[in-house]
Amino acid sequence: MSEQHIKLPEGSIEKTTTTLNLGPTHPATHGVMQNILELDGERIVSAEQTIGYIHRAFEKIAERRPLYQITPLTDRLNYCSSPINNMGWHLTCEKLLGVKTPKRVDYLRIIIMELARISDHLICNSIVGVDSGAYTGFLYVMQYRELIYEIYEEICGSRLTTNIGRIGGFERNFNDIAFQKIQKFLDEYPAVLTEFENLFTRNRIFMDRTIGAGPISAERALNYGFTGPNLRAAGVDYDVRIHSPYSSYEDFEFDIPVGTTGDCYDRFLVRNQEMWQSLRIIKDAFQKVQEFKGADADVYHADVPEYYLPPKQDVYTKMEALIWHFKIIMGEINMPAGEVYNAVEGANGELGFYFISDGGRTPYRLHFRRPCFIYYQAYEELTKGAMLSDAIIVMSSLNLIAGEMDA
Amino acid sequence: MSLTNEHIKQRLIEKFNDQVLGFEESYGMLSFEAPKELNLKVLNFLYDDEELKFRFLTDLCGVHYQGQQDKELAVVYHLHNLEDNIRIRFKVFTAMDKPDIYTATGLFSSANWMERETYDFYGINFVGHPNLKRILNVDEMDYFPLRKQYPLEDQSRVDKDDEMFGRGGTIGFGTEKTDHGTIIEAEKKNVGEDII
Repeated sequence: MSEQHIKLPEGSIEKTTTTLNLGPTHPATHGVMQNILELDGERIVSAEQTIGYIHRAFEKIAERRPLYQITPLTDRLNYCSSPINNMGWHLTCEKLLGVKTPKRVDYLRIIIMELARISDHLICNSIVGVDSGAYTGFLYVMQYRELIYEIYEEICGSRLTTNIGRIGGFERNFNDIAFQKIQKFLDEYPAVLTEFENLFTRNRIFMDRTIGAGPISAERALNYGFTGPNLRAAGVDYDVRIHSPYSSYEDFEFDIPVGTTGDCYDRFLVRNQEMWQSLRIIKDAFQKVQEFKGADADVYHADVPEYYLPPKQDVYTKMEALIWHFKIIMGEINMPAGEVYNAVEGANGELGFYFISDGGRTPYRLHFRRPCFIYYQAYEELTKGAMLSDAIIVMSSLNLIAGEMDA
Repeated sequence: MSLTNEHIKQRLIEKFNDQVLGFEESYGMLSFEAPKELNLKVLNFLYDDEELKFRFLTDLCGVHYQGQQDKELAVVYHLHNLEDNIRIRFKVFTAMDKPDIYTATGLFSSANWMERETYDFYGINFVGHPNLKRILNVDEMDYFPLRKQYPLEDQSRVDKDDEMFGRGGTIGFGTEKTDHGTIIEAEKKNVGEDII
């Protein structure tokens, strides 16, 4: 009986290394992903990744959906910062359809996107803390992520998978409570972030754990398709917001922080600095939004009746609004044919949408360029020769989101 | 900073003559195609050339153009020159019955998983790939789900046959103009079997 059940692979008795399955449901992987580590003592000899545990075939589903029904799919890519995905998707559609958004919409979008970036970086950095044994930071910043989620809630009604905004703008104007909460965030957050940095940045234990863990050179990072904070930590100042500005980012002044070694510590620092820069952008955008006067002060969407749902009371009383409402909801609007690639700076890298339209009502092909799917390949190279405990911390500092990886 | 789409086009034509074709500029991005045998040569040229320096592979994905004779499957490369900040799109086409294309993993480490994903979805065989197996779907899957012959919904369903909305028996959105929704009766059976 024992012979039947215990089947050792050929040569495994002589094997000097240990195979360890890290994941798919290990709490330290922070997502459903599996790593088959080959260990020599505590040193990692090789790592093989298995992904796809939450693959939901979004690219296939999107081929049968009208544009507005694809927005909820993008929520579920990087669910730590879904507003950025939503905006990226709307911007892609607007590029294809030739919709021009008013400045106020652009600024409101920037506020939301930068808030999302902060909440994403907060989670990532505090999880790096958790994985190196410092739980306090994580608990401490949670309430400010909560505040960000409350702001989303005021704007669109939901918190995690936001489905925020529409093609051409927002579904409704920001209300006063939303502005108050943004103001509250701007007032209180700097002190919190300073405290968070005090907890970690010069913390001896944290530095020992992260400096030199999972480093990558700029050249290798580029070859591996790194983008976002991970690439910038390796010393390349590539940021989509600067290189191909979208949503009026060109109106704002901000710096791109870069690191040198590309290790966990640099990635941590780059993310922290980016939060400061995001804060700066939000402040500016908030200021600019307040400055709109007269009719401009209430604009929250572009005038595109073909793609933007009319107000509900008009649907009940006006013929034209009813027609547009019906056509949009039934997905009976034909798009112009064409191919468009549009990228936004997601919280963990360049989030691209490659959209092929054949003139029909749904995308002929929609491909998401998901940043962490591409850079997770480098994991083996990052961890080879490192200790097992480094494997965990490298994984969390790369900001891997299973939902985005598996699409 | 001076690199323009026009210049890139000239350089490519100088080097590959009439083998690179289909130049077009859609939404500001230069797009072109080449025979599939040349894909590595073109990528190498774009990478090594002192002026062009397209050294960042942004994206690699497959597309199924249903009904294009001998050019049904495409692999699309999005390349980025980070110094001059310019992007291009490069396509190679292959026939459905022999979808072999040389791998770009030698040039870009990032192509590894993206090619695996493309294989997983479209069954494009990347010749020379170090580890070409499915990545998102289960290994046991015996079809390539993003090909257009696999409809998203079961076409035989009658409860969703909403004639009254003017869609004349086709199901779901977008099926009027394209023919991905219509499936030949004989194939329908096979599709079902494949999925089960």
